Amino acid sequence: MSTETEGTTDYYSRFQAGTSEGDQGLRPRSEITAKELMREVGSVLRMSEADVASLDDAPDDETMIINMGPQHPSTHGVLRLMLELQGETVLRCKPVIGYLHTGMEKTGEQLTYTQGGTNVTRMDYVSPIANELVFSMATEKLLGIDADIPDRAVWIRMLLAELNRMSSHLLFMATNGMDLGAVSMMIYGWREREEVLRFFQEVTGLRMNHNFIRPGGVAADLPAGWRDGVLNLLDIIPDRLDEYDILMTGQPIWRERLQGVGVITPTEALALGATGPILRSAGVEWDLRRDQPYMYYDEMEFDVVVGSYGDCFDRYAIRLAEIRESMKIVRQILDRMPSGDYRIQDKKVTPPPRARIDESMEALIHHFKIFTEGFKVPEGEVYVGVESPRGEIGCYIASDGSANPYRMHMRDPSFVNIQCLPHMMRGGLVADAVAVISSVDPVLGGVDR
Amino acid sequence: MTDQLAETFGCPATDLHEQDVLYPSHEQYFEVIGALADDGFSMCVDLTGVDYLEYSGRPLPDGVQAERFEVVVNLLDIGQRRRIRVRVQVPESDASLPSLFDIYPGTEAMEREVFDMFGVSFTDHPDLTRILMPEDWEGHPLRKDYDVGTIPVQFKEAGA
Repeated sequence: MSTETEGTTDYYSRFQAGTSEGDQGLRPRSEITAKELMREVGSVLRMSEADVASLDDAPDDETMIINMGPQHPSTHGVLRLMLELQGETVLRCKPVIGYLHTGMEKTGEQLTYTQGGTNVTRMDYVSPIANELVFSMATEKLLGIDADIPDRAVWIRMLLAELNRMSSHLLFMATNGMDLGAVSMMIYGWREREEVLRFFQEVTGLRMNHNFIRPGGVAADLPAGWRDGVLNLLDIIPDRLDEYDILMTGQPIWRERLQGVGVITPTEALALGATGPILRSAGVEWDLRRDQPYMYYDEMEFDVVVGSYGDCFDRYAIRLAEIRESMKIVRQILDRMPSGDYRIQDKKVTPPPRARIDESMEALIHHFKIFTEGFKVPEGEVYVGVESPRGEIGCYIASDGSANPYRMHMRDPSFVNIQCLPHMMRGGLVADAVAVISSVDPVLGGVDR
Repeated sequence: MTDQLAETFGCPATDLHEQDVLYPSHEQYFEVIGALADDGFSMCVDLTGVDYLEYSGRPLPDGVQAERFEVVVNLLDIGQRRRIRVRVQVPESDASLPSLFDIYPGTEAMEREVFDMFGVSFTDHPDLTRILMPEDWEGHPLRKDYDVGTIPVQFKEAGA
C-alpha cells in the first residue's frame, strides 16, 4: 500500500518477537530424552532410573498433547494446562502460568509501606486478609515493633484471619461442587461466603481487598454491633455445613468422583514444597498456627485436621472440617476480645486521629507526611510466614532504610502448590483432571502476582 | 547458635530478627543446601532473588563479598519446627547457580521465576524457561535497571 509510511512499519515491528527464552509448553515425547522424562517424575518420587523406566508404560505413538485452558471455566481463572493424553488417560501434564502476571512485586517496590497493603491484598484475592497480615507482620518485624502491637489489634487480626479462612473454604466448596457438576452446591457455597463478606464489609468497608490490617495494627476499630454480626455467622453456618454433609459428603456419586483421585504421597508433597490442605491431606500434620504459632494461636484450642489417603476427597473433607475448626477459634476470640487500642501509638507509624487533624496544624502535617512520604524502615531483611487458607503465605522484605521496600517478595502457596498437579494427575482420567485442579484450589491472582 | 551454625557449615551466619541466616559462597552453595537437607530441612519453602544494584552497601557479615544479585532460599524443618535462610551472592558477570532441583524438586517453578525476573540462570535445571513473562520478552523485570513505564506493550505472534 502506498499510503503506508515508514512510521507504521516501525510501529508494528515492536510487536514482533525479538528474543525467545525457549518454549514454556509441554514438549512432545519424541523431542525429549529419557533422562529428562525421568527427572519429571523420578526426582520427586525419589526413584532410581530403573524404577522410572518401569513406570514408563506409554507407547511413543498414539499420544497427543492438548491444551486445557487458559479460558476453561474449571481452571479457576487463567491457568493453562498442557496434557499429554493417551486416549482418556493423562500421562504428563504441565501447568503454564503467567497470564495474570501484572508485576505486583515490582509495584511493591514503588509503593511505601503505608501503601503496600493495597497492593498485596490484591494478590491472592480470595484470602486478602492473610496477605495483608503477613505483609504487616514482616514490616513490623523490620521496625522492631512486632511485640508492641496492642492486644486488641492482634485479636481483631485473628478474628478476621479466621473468618477469611472460612470464606475462602466456603468458596472452595462452591467451586469444587461446580467443577464436579454439583451446581446447586455452587449457589450454596457462594451464598454462605457472601454472609462472611457482608460482615467484612461492615468492618472494613469492602467485601474484598480490604487493606484493613496495616503495619502497626488495623485501620479502624470494630464497629458497633460487630459481635452480633459474628454471632449471626456462627449461627447460620454450622447448619449450612450440615446441609453440605447431607448434599455431598455422604453422597455416593460425590465419593465416587473424589475418592482415590489425585493421590499425593507425603514424600511427594514435602519434596514439592506443598503446604496447607494438600500437605495435610497426605497425612503430614503441619499447620503454622499450631506448629510455629504467631499472634495468640498458641492459646487457642483447635484441631489440625489431617487426611490419610492424600486424595481429592481428603482435601475436600479437610477444608470442610477446617471451617468448623475456624468457627471454634472464632468463638474463643469472641470470649477473649480485649478492649483497648486497635493500633500502636507509635507516632512514627500511626497517623494522628481524625479529630486531632481539625484542631492541630502539626497533626495535619504529620498525617500528610505519613500518607505521602510514608515512614522509614530500618535496614535489614526478614521472612515471615503465616498459614493462609491455601498453605503457607510468606513475605520476604529487604529494606534499604527508605520508606519503600527495596525488595518485596510474596511466597504464595498457590504458586508452589500447582506444581503438584502433574503428580496428582499422572495416570488419571481427563475428567478427573478437573477434580484435581479444583482440589488444589489455586488462586491465579496469587500464582501470577 | 550462630557460631555453631557457622562452624557446622563452614560459612558466616547471623540471626537478625531471631531468624538464622547462612551466607555460603558461590562454591559452597549446593553443598551447604545438601547438608541442610540431610540435617532435616525437609522442605524448601521459598527461593527468590534480590537485585542489589542500587544498594551495594547493605550490611553483610565479615568475609562475605557483596555482589549484585543475591539468591535467598528459605528452608523448613518440619520435624524440629525450625527455619533457616540461605543467602548466596551471585556476581553479575557470572549470574548462575547450580539448580536445587535434585535436592528439592519444588524449587523448579521458583528457580524459573528467579531466572525470568532477574536473569540468574540455574545450571542443570530441567526446564529453564520464562514462567511469568511471555517467552519472547526482553529483559528481566525485577532487575533494578529495568526501565518501568517506558516499554511498549509486547504481544506474542501479533505481527504486522
